[in-house]
Amino acid sequence: MENKTKKVAFLGLCTAVTLILAYVEAILPPLWSAVPGIKMGLPNIMILFLLYRFSFKEAAAVSLVRLLAVALLFGNIMTLAYSVAGAGLSLGIMVLLKKTDRFSMVGVSITGGIFHNLGQILVAMLVLETAEIGYYMIILTLTGTVAGILVGFAGFLVLKYLKKAKI
Amino acid sequence: MRKELNQAAPQKRRRNDLLLLAGILLAVAVFALVYTLTRKEGGYAAVIQNGTETARYSLSEEQEIPIADGETVTNLLVIRDGKAYMAEATCPDQICVEHRPVSKAGETIVCLPHELVIKIVASEPDAPDMVV
Repeated sequence: MENKTKKVAFLGLCTAVTLILAYVEAILPPLWSAVPGIKMGLPNIMILFLLYRFSFKEAAAVSLVRLLAVALLFGNIMTLAYSVAGAGLSLGIMVLLKKTDRFSMVGVSITGGIFHNLGQILVAMLVLETAEIGYYMIILTLTGTVAGILVGFAGFLVLKYLKKAKI
Repeated sequence: MRKELNQAAPQKRRRNDLLLLAGILLAVAVFALVYTLTRKEGGYAAVIQNGTETARYSLSEEQEIPIADGETVTNLLVIRDGKAYMAEATCPDQICVEHRPVSKAGETIVCLPHELVIKIVASEPDAPDMVV
């Protein structure tokens, strides 16, 4: 983006979109009631898009503002710990995988989805001091993969059409 | 040269994506298999609050157990047909209530807002295999 003001405004808009996506996800009925807590990770569409459109910096900045805003609006310090661990680990691994240039956006997104779950489970294991919930990772890896595929395709389409629209 | 690279890369990436997917599915299958083969039928439901076990109830007795955090009752644990489930909770998300009934050793129901874990264990309190 050629001019700095325009970029800041655009990133602000992206932050708003991630918040809306987080809200939409929160009011949707649970996807699978047998295993609670499973989410699509819709806000990650924007984070993935930003990672490819700009760089790690922009994606991390929007992600951080989004996490703080969600914690202030709907959550508390405890939920912040979970989401920071999830989002941080997820973005970290996505940056690394993107750097290798060996995977498509979908592959990067799948790994991001799995590591998002991993971060949250690790915090849960620490908070609850119960290692057994680690077993959740088996099923969460599968759901994270499915979510990652869908998010990856969505991010790819956002990138493609915004590029076409010269934004 | 540049164009060639760009044309070759997507196919290679797609192949790597599929390899990644296959690896993930394989790892999940292996872990799931190990998990199902090693887990035992549980005999007791342990109540763990803030990281310490506060009580343990037999799954062979039908019972309703109110669980209190300090003075206020926050959750209602029910044991029926050899399975334990959370019938009520005062938290807004109700994730523990939606969780399916558990009966196998190692299975858990987690209530994050109240820092409460219901864990199925094979043995009675103080039995040797409790220290896992």
